[in-house]
Amino acid sequence: MTMLPKTTKKKLGLVTDLDICVGCHACAVNCKEWNTGGHSAPLTDLNAYGKDPNGVWFNRVHVYETDDGENTRTVNFPRSCLHCETPDCVTVCPTGASYKREEDGIVLVDAEKCIGCKLCSWACPYGAREYDEDDGIMKKCTLCIDRIYNENIPEAEREPACVITCPARARHFGDLGDPESDISKLVEKRGGFALMPETGYQPVNRYLPPRPRKVDVGDTGAPAQLEPAEEAKSSSAFFNWLDKALSR
Amino acid sequence: MDPAYSVIIFTSSSGAGYGLLIWLALARLTGAWEIGPVAAVVACLVALALVTTGLLSSTFHLGHPERAWRAMTQWRSSWLSREGVFAVLVYPAALVFTAGWIWDAVSPALMMAAALATLVLSLITVYCTSMIYASLKTIPRWSNGFVPPVYLIFALASGGLLFAVLLGAAGAADMSAMVLLLVVLLAAWLIKWYYWRFIDEQKVESDPGTATGLGHLGKVTQLEAPHTSENYLLKEMGFQVARRHATKLRRYALLLGMVVPAVLLIVAGNLAGAAQIATLIAALLIGLGGVIVERWLFFAEARHLVTLFYGRTV
Amino acid sequence: MALLKQERINPSPVVADEVKNTTCYMCACRCGIRVYLRNGQVRYIEGNPDHPVNRGVLCGKGSSGIMQHLSPARLSNPLKRVGPRGSGEFEEISWEEALDLATKWLGDCRKTDPRRLAFFTGRDQSQSVTALWATKFGTPNHAAHGGFCSVNMAAAGLYTIGGSFWEFGEPDWERTRYFMMFGVAEDHDSNPIKTGLGHLKGRENTKFVSINPVRTGYSAIADEWVGIRPGTDGLFVMALIHELFKAQKIDLDFLVRYTNAPWLVRVEPGHPENGLFLRDADGNPLAWDREAGAPVNALLPDITPELAGLVETPEGVKARPAFEIMANRYLEPRYSADEVAETTGVPAATIRRIAAELAHAAFEQEIELDVEWTDWAGRKHDKMIGRPVSMHAMRGISAHSNGFHTCRAIHLLQMLLGSVDCPGGFRYKPPFPRPCPPGPKPTGKPDQVKPDTPMPGPPLGFTLGPEDLLVDEDGAPCRIDKGFSWEHPLSAHGLMHMAIPNAWAADPYPVDTLFMYMANMAWNSSMNTKGTMEMLTDIDEDTGEYRIPHIIYSDAYASEMTSYSDLVLPDTTYLERWDCISLLDRPISSAHGPADSIRQPVVKPDRNVRPFQDVLIDLGARLGLPGFVKDDGSPLYPGGYADYIVNHERMPGIGPLAGWRGEDGETFGRGAPNPKQLEKYIENGSFWHYQLPDSQQYYKHANRDYLEFAVHMGFIPKAEQIVMQVYSEPMQKFRLAAEGHGEHQPPEHLRERVRTYFDPLPIWYTPIEETQVEHKEYPIHAITQRPMAMYHSWGSQNAWLRQIHGFNRLCMHRDLAAEVGVSDDDWVYVESHNGRIKCQVKTMTGCERNTVWTWNAIGKRRGAWNLDPDAAEGEKGFLLNHLISELLPQGSGGRRMSNSDPVTGQAAWFDLRVKITRAEAGDGRSEPQFEPLKPVPGIVSKPKDLRFGEQFLPEGSWRRKNS
Repeated sequence: MTMLPKTTKKKLGLVTDLDICVGCHACAVNCKEWNTGGHSAPLTDLNAYGKDPNGVWFNRVHVYETDDGENTRTVNFPRSCLHCETPDCVTVCPTGASYKREEDGIVLVDAEKCIGCKLCSWACPYGAREYDEDDGIMKKCTLCIDRIYNENIPEAEREPACVITCPARARHFGDLGDPESDISKLVEKRGGFALMPETGYQPVNRYLPPRPRKVDVGDTGAPAQLEPAEEAKSSSAFFNWLDKALSR
Repeated sequence: MDPAYSVIIFTSSSGAGYGLLIWLALARLTGAWEIGPVAAVVACLVALALVTTGLLSSTFHLGHPERAWRAMTQWRSSWLSREGVFAVLVYPAALVFTAGWIWDAVSPALMMAAALATLVLSLITVYCTSMIYASLKTIPRWSNGFVPPVYLIFALASGGLLFAVLLGAAGAADMSAMVLLLVVLLAAWLIKWYYWRFIDEQKVESDPGTATGLGHLGKVTQLEAPHTSENYLLKEMGFQVARRHATKLRRYALLLGMVVPAVLLIVAGNLAGAAQIATLIAALLIGLGGVIVERWLFFAEARHLVTLFYGRTV
Repeated sequence: MALLKQERINPSPVVADEVKNTTCYMCACRCGIRVYLRNGQVRYIEGNPDHPVNRGVLCGKGSSGIMQHLSPARLSNPLKRVGPRGSGEFEEISWEEALDLATKWLGDCRKTDPRRLAFFTGRDQSQSVTALWATKFGTPNHAAHGGFCSVNMAAAGLYTIGGSFWEFGEPDWERTRYFMMFGVAEDHDSNPIKTGLGHLKGRENTKFVSINPVRTGYSAIADEWVGIRPGTDGLFVMALIHELFKAQKIDLDFLVRYTNAPWLVRVEPGHPENGLFLRDADGNPLAWDREAGAPVNALLPDITPELAGLVETPEGVKARPAFEIMANRYLEPRYSADEVAETTGVPAATIRRIAAELAHAAFEQEIELDVEWTDWAGRKHDKMIGRPVSMHAMRGISAHSNGFHTCRAIHLLQMLLGSVDCPGGFRYKPPFPRPCPPGPKPTGKPDQVKPDTPMPGPPLGFTLGPEDLLVDEDGAPCRIDKGFSWEHPLSAHGLMHMAIPNAWAADPYPVDTLFMYMANMAWNSSMNTKGTMEMLTDIDEDTGEYRIPHIIYSDAYASEMTSYSDLVLPDTTYLERWDCISLLDRPISSAHGPADSIRQPVVKPDRNVRPFQDVLIDLGARLGLPGFVKDDGSPLYPGGYADYIVNHERMPGIGPLAGWRGEDGETFGRGAPNPKQLEKYIENGSFWHYQLPDSQQYYKHANRDYLEFAVHMGFIPKAEQIVMQVYSEPMQKFRLAAEGHGEHQPPEHLRERVRTYFDPLPIWYTPIEETQVEHKEYPIHAITQRPMAMYHSWGSQNAWLRQIHGFNRLCMHRDLAAEVGVSDDDWVYVESHNGRIKCQVKTMTGCERNTVWTWNAIGKRRGAWNLDPDAAEGEKGFLLNHLISELLPQGSGGRRMSNSDPVTGQAAWFDLRVKITRAEAGDGRSEPQFEPLKPVPGIVSKPKDLRFGEQFLPEGSWRRKNS
């Protein structure tokens, strides 16, 4: 059903901390291995060992450089479905395959209904839709729907694969609709932002901005430089500073 | 956007087909042109064949064509679904309309109703097609007020070239008819010309800075893409046509789609018989060539917001 | 209508029939993994939340283990070469035939001259068994790949602080306030570092500085990126030291207590013992006690040693404390920030600021933990004082020919700040610290190598002076790689990169058989790759045989090297084998306590392959090597490697695994072999970890309780304080020899070299290749970085990882690109004194202006690894290796030295200098190109499109197309 629910009971989503993402691709690959055998199986890899391999991935990690004329920076940037509140990828779907769940806000594709028209991928500015040419259907991040409620998995591990595997702990999962949730507080504290808000799709996922760098004089409380000790001015007096008795 | 043959053929062929149906319906409703019933039926069938070709072509790019029926179900939210619904609704109206030319069982009132329905439903279907594209906020070059009028008038213009051949065959291709079609043709390309000017000057709010939210740190460039080979997104949405190449193609489109057919229409208005028909067929074929170039550019020049993540501008 | 209803999702699908714990082998980090099995197939691999290394996280490499396990490059049968070497023409043979052939070749070597076997292993994680095997075989020609990887760091650390960076120590992630990272690659300790950085960056008042010519990976998230010129880190560090000395911001208490700074150094130029420590009759070093006004045993507690002043002993020997010599050295104006700014490319103000920040963090933000501990002398302390400055360094330091001294300089900086193994500082991971340096000494002198006889000790070790070198009477090298010779006296890990060139040149002597494991020497693991391939295929005109007559190679995969072997012994994948990650080898401990782990076979091989260690033990038994056979000649470990892991004892009670020792598994560390040890490990998630009590967490070098524990564990021989070596006496011993003192002196052509580079205090010198090439001709530095999602050459056969890094480009600063006249994706020639390559460009800003870099080991030879010949790895990928010579451009005395650190023999990969010119795209291929390798027989077939995972869908799903 491609009409969007008016509200969802929860807004499950991810928060990615761009301050500490080192760009290791753990999220992308662990997501791939979980999901290629899971709900969306398989995440086909075309031409896997040939020229221009091309696979289905729900997470992709970019690396950017920024330049304000004086300072440049490198920022690693994982990209995946943002589970928007008002996404066109759902509403443009002609078949009802694409839908947003009323209970938790997760955006899914029903593999049995998708006709592979690809229009949802055209409607998504975030590149979250991944077409599996071999299966002829659209696939996408499910927030690991087969993990997060899975009673066969220990409760502490019922998180999306990208979150549980992230070595830098740069990814967080939770209910962004609940202002009291840990994840919402984290977003609040760190000034989490949504991508391309101007499109109006109201992404649920948030990114935490890179923190200001402590790079200027005084940022750590230290002075600009050390003052040479008085004795250092004359080499003969230099070792006077060792006069205090030092005991082993 | 990838200028895939399937979508180019879909939009141009079905557009021409619906355009012809609209002209035929107008002919019936207004009685302005004398066209024989047999020629009219042939024309209707040609129109339906074009529509059907277009619709079938659009299913070629589906991963699961056998499930295409499902595309009718989401008319409440999806322009593609609406297009599907109306495209189907056109058929009964158009078939009655076609039959009505030669089959007495279709009463004149029913025939008038069928003609009206064919006209309205065809317009709506073309409008729906245009809205599939115009509703995509992700593609600023589509998501604007030009796209529906362009689609509608191009349907009329390309259908008009077909209609001209029919008029020629019916001996009704007089100068006044030619001038009318010429006006439609010129109007279509005038709007298109404004559209091109619009997209050339369009300011898009989104850039790699807003896409990544890193704009406050300065200009954002991509150092490394996620993967070293192209993925679905880039193949489908990352198609790029060089500006110089596009300009050249626009000129070809104008020449083929507008200038040559316009001249040929005027020439044809001064001819009769086989020479006239031949001229009109030439106008049609060359004109449709122009439309196809125009449609190729419509896709190829469209830039998708997702490419911002790959460090491009839209 | 049912067809239109919203789908019903099963939220709780069964994900595994069984979950088995084992240890990852996708890089050198060795995380604990949980392998989910479904219908006997691997379904999913995740980090083990209980594991001390990774605490549940897993990187991109580890997460792609399934694809490594299912690689189409897997070998299936033993292979015997039938065509010319390099042709890839093999026949598949039985294991019996393969082992017979290997036994014959090896046996012939052993019977005649065991040195005729050169046995080198690459990315092996079982170096303790391979070294034992080489020892028992009797050849000194053994090493793992450390010589071209990390030995500068290991040697500098072990000779200086008794521990080292790499994965053998770590910052105090929880408490550090200022963290400096030098040139760290991302394949050792990789997940702990990522987790640590993530943690550290979330704290206020904590700063992370990365010193690296390239700003990617870890450096991207640093507070401050210092884009230093390659090979100048040592000078940068010495400038910091200069600033600290000038301002007297030095932790004197630390130096007096824990280092040899107060030890008296003889200052009598020309004397045979000049520059050595004064010692008492028992060999104890002396310090000048202020109270006593006399020299005293410097190791005694409670003395009050002087740190400066010329003293004269009652015997009339003149000496100064090492501290004073050091202070005078680094106060020299040549180490001032202004002086080093140009060479390092780091502005003087930045150097001064960083020095001030270091001092501020160390001395103004002192940490006090209310934890009681007892020092080595039995004195109780009620607090642990910390200086929260920590450092970490890896390949950016080690891969230069000045890396040993640079690394020592970093350790010196740590000591001056008093931040070794204290709260907030750098921390040892057990079994470190060990004495500086630890024993044993290397073995392989002429009288230690005899036919059919084991050597009396292991091939690798630590030299303390010229008498420990493995050289003959003329001072010529005994080892094929010239390790522990005057060319590289402290080459604690050997020089694997020189094994093939020296064997080819029969310098110092020819070998008969080259036996290698898991080392891609015919491609990315060699310098001068093309030259290496030629050496491997070069025929001796006199004999008509290959110059290296026999090459036995074991690997699980069809790498480039496989095609250059005569006998291929196919190994298993890491999910099909037993292994132990042993405290005797490269441990997985954390600073919190020792740990070790195992690999268990989680699936059975579906090919005719055997784990290399099983094969090695089998060969040992077939050759009748002591330690591998019983007295009756039957195999000592009939159960293969698993048997060895449980039952081998290095010393009584000390074996490969520390956990659950004793007949009933009731003890750990020291105890009788426990027949159920492996089961105990498996029950515990395939690892053992012991958390040190709080009182032993810090000051391990001087913490009595810890030192006693370390003795119990067999880490160190005696519970004595480990005194750090600011001033290195072994270095001075070599220098004295070069100056003409003593019985063992370097050959003339090496005298100046040894004298220059064997300074007892850290020095900085221009990397050697740089001094030998014309700077105007080759103005640019060229280095590699390791991608986080790819380990060495292994990743390209991995269907997932090769999508991330399918080919590499040459990255350079946009200003340099503008100068060359190129932009993104343009082609350039890169030329060095050794050759020329052609590759594509990527421009950036996060790169030192005159340094270019690329990802390491992405380029592949076409046809290798069972990739399609038109794969991007071969068509567009490239190696810098072609530009790097294993020999320096110029010789001294007509000889060309190896392109290595003159102290340790560490391969100087990063000393490379190049010039860059624009090239035409041409056919769009990188250069050089070689004939595509033929697929070797028996490699597994590969699908064109991979639909891995569909087999786990419910029966009857239309998405199950192939299964």
